[in-house]
Amino acid sequence: MATMFDTKPRVGLFATCLVDLIRPSVGFAAAKLIEDAGCEVVVPSQTCCGQPAFNSGDRATSRALALQVMDAFQGVDYVVAPSGSCAGMLKKHVPELFEGEPDLARRAAAFSAKVHELVSFLVDVRGVTSVEARFDGSVTYHDSCSGLRELGVKTQPRKLLESVDGLSISEMRDPDVCCGFGGTFAVKYGEISDAIVAKKAENVWASEAGTLLAGDLGCLMNMAGKLQRQGREVKARHVAEVLAGMTDEPAIGEPAEKV
Amino acid sequence: MTLHVTSPAFKANAHEALSDEALQRALTNVEKGFIGKRKKVADKLPEFEALRDSARDIKNHTLAHLDLYLEAYEARVAAAGGQVHFAPTAADASKIVLDICRRVGAKVVTKGKSMISEEIDLNTHLEAAGMAAVETDLGEYIIQLRGETPSHIIAPAVHLNRDQVEADFRRVHTDLPDDRDLQAPESLLAEARGVLRKRFLAADVGITGANFLVAETGTSIIVTNEGNGDLTQTLPKVHIVLASLEKLVPTLDDVSQMLRVLARSATGQEMSVYTTFSTGPRRPDDVDGPGEYHVVLLDNGRSSMLGGEFQEMLRCIRCGACMNHCPVYHAVGGHAYGWVYPGPMGAVLSPSLIGVDKAGHLPNASTFCGRCESVCPVRIPLPKLMRHWREREFERNLSPAPVRYGLKAWGFFARRPALYRLATRAAMTTLSLLGRNKGRFAKLPLAGGWTAYRDFPAPEGKTFQARWKAQQDKRA
Repeated sequence: MATMFDTKPRVGLFATCLVDLIRPSVGFAAAKLIEDAGCEVVVPSQTCCGQPAFNSGDRATSRALALQVMDAFQGVDYVVAPSGSCAGMLKKHVPELFEGEPDLARRAAAFSAKVHELVSFLVDVRGVTSVEARFDGSVTYHDSCSGLRELGVKTQPRKLLESVDGLSISEMRDPDVCCGFGGTFAVKYGEISDAIVAKKAENVWASEAGTLLAGDLGCLMNMAGKLQRQGREVKARHVAEVLAGMTDEPAIGEPAEKV
Repeated sequence: MTLHVTSPAFKANAHEALSDEALQRALTNVEKGFIGKRKKVADKLPEFEALRDSARDIKNHTLAHLDLYLEAYEARVAAAGGQVHFAPTAADASKIVLDICRRVGAKVVTKGKSMISEEIDLNTHLEAAGMAAVETDLGEYIIQLRGETPSHIIAPAVHLNRDQVEADFRRVHTDLPDDRDLQAPESLLAEARGVLRKRFLAADVGITGANFLVAETGTSIIVTNEGNGDLTQTLPKVHIVLASLEKLVPTLDDVSQMLRVLARSATGQEMSVYTTFSTGPRRPDDVDGPGEYHVVLLDNGRSSMLGGEFQEMLRCIRCGACMNHCPVYHAVGGHAYGWVYPGPMGAVLSPSLIGVDKAGHLPNASTFCGRCESVCPVRIPLPKLMRHWREREFERNLSPAPVRYGLKAWGFFARRPALYRLATRAAMTTLSLLGRNKGRFAKLPLAGGWTAYRDFPAPEGKTFQARWKAQQDKRA
C-alpha cells in the first residue's frame, strides 16, 4: 500500500554533545542503523541534554535545557541517543525535574516514553536481531553505567555484535564496573578517576581484544585516553560504528595515517 | 562536633590513600571478598529482590509512624524492666552512658561493635573519665591497638593487611611466647580471644550497638560472627545498648524479613553466626544476664531528616554493601572520607549529621555509577540523594568556583543553540587542525584535570550537526 511509506516511524536523533563535537561519525553510524531498522531520521537543532548541570546541582539550567530538548523534539515518534547516559538523563531524570507541576510533568512523561538508547531501541523496540556488517578482529565491550543500570542495556549490544561477520567477543573482567569517567567527576576528582580508569585499562588489556567498544563516548574517551597514555595498543570505538560497518574513521584519538 | 572531622580535606586524604601501597593492597580484599559472596547468596534466593522491596516497605512504614513506634518501644522496654534514654545529641548520649558507668563504679567497660559509639566518640569520653574501654570485636580490637578509627562500617580493619596486624599483636601481646604462630587469621582471633577473655570477666559494664530494635517486644538485636557481642552483654552487671532512632522496626515478623537481607547484603552469609535478641535485664529464673538493661537512643540530627529530601537515608541498615561495590571506596578506602561513615551511605548521611559545609566533598566524589543503589537491600536511591546535596551546595554557592563558572559558561551556550553551533564549529575546527597529526592531545589548556592523567582525542573536524545539514542540503 502507498501509505506504508508514510507509516515509517520518525526518529529524532539526539546526537549528544560529545558526538556532535568530537566524533560526528558516531552520529552518522547511528543514523544508518536507525534507517536500516525501517525508520526515518531527523536531526532537530540541539545542544545538550543538561546532564552536567543536573549532576552539578544546577536545577534551573537543567530545567531550561530539558524544556529546550522537549520543544526541539516535538512531533517525532521516538527520541534516540547513541549514549546510555544522555538517554538516561532524558528518560529517567527529565521527569524528576518537573515533579509536582502537573502540566509540565505530563509533557515530560510523554517525552520520556519516547526516549531510547540507540542499541536498546534497535533490539527492544524495532526487534532487530542482526546487522549487516563486517569487522575483522576481537572486541571487548564495556557496559557503561547509566545504560546498564538505568536502562537495562547489557545483552542487546552483545547480541548484535555476535551477528557482525569476522568479529569475536572477548569479555573483560568486570565489564559492568565503572570506568571512572562520571562526567565532571573525571576533572573534579581527576586523581581518583585516574585510579579507577587504570584498573579498567588493566582489564581491557588483559582481555587481549584489539578493540574496545562501548555505547557512550564519554566513557570511551576516558578509557581510550588512559590506554593511549599508557602506550597500550587497543583501539576504542563506539559500538554503533562497528554495528553500522562504518569504521573508516580512525579509532578514537588515533591519527588519520600512521607515521 | 565530636570526633575530629577531616572530610573537608577529602582530596588530600584521597591523594595520600592512593599513594599508600599497603592500603591499596588491603583494599583489593574489599572487591575480592564481598562482591562475589553477596552475588552468590543473593542469586541463590529466588525471593531476594522481593525481600528487598519488603525491607524497603517495612522501613518506610516505620519511619512514617516513628513517633508511635518509639512510644510503643519505650513502653515495652520498661515493661521488661529496662530503661530507654533519649539522647538528642552526641554529647547527651555520652553523658548518659558515663553517668550510668559512674553510678555503678565501672572500671572496665567492654564493647561490642557499634558505629554509634564511633559517632559519639565514646571511647575518648570513657578514657577521660578514667575507665578502660575494651573493644571486643576483632576488627575493632585491632584498630584500638593502633589508635585508629574504623574504615568500614562492618569490617573496621579492612584497610589493614594480615602482616600489619601480626606486627601489632607482637608489639602489644608481650606476655605471650615469641614463637606463637600468627600466620592464619584464626590464630590472630585466638590470640585476641586469649587476651579478651580476662577482660570479659572483669567488665563492669558491657556496651553493644543494635542492628534492630523491635517495638512490639522492646527487644534489641545484634548480629555478629565472633560471639563477642554475647559475652559483652551477658557477663557484666549492666548492659547498655547504643542505637540511633531509625533502628526501629515494628514486629518480630518484620525483623525476620530484615535479617534475611542484612547478612546476605553485608558479608554474603545467609545468616550471621550469632543473632542475639535481648529483652530487658536478667529475670529471676534466668541463669545469666545483666542486672540492668539500658537503651540510649541517639537522634543527633536524624529526626530533622524525617519528612525531608533525605528521609530515605534513614532506611539504611548499615550492611556496607554500597561501599563494598563502590569504585571510589575501592580506590581510596574509608578513612579518606574523613568521618565515621564512609562510602556512598556516608556521602549522603555525613552531610546531614555534620553539615554539608564540612562534608561537601563526599556527595560530589561519586561517578554516579549507580552500583550502590543496585545492591542496597532497602533500595535507597543513593545517587539521587547525593545529587540533592549537590543541589543544596549549588544553591548556597558552596561548589568550587571553577566548576560554577565553567558550568555557567557552558550553560550560556547550551541555552542558545545558534550561538552554540557557531562557537563549537569554530572551536572544533581549530582543535581538529591542531590535533590532526597525533589524533590526540597530551596537554590542553583549561583541560589539565583531564590531560594530567589521560590523552584527549582530537575532534574529527566539523560538528555532526554541520555535516548532517550539509548532507541534507546536498540531497535536497
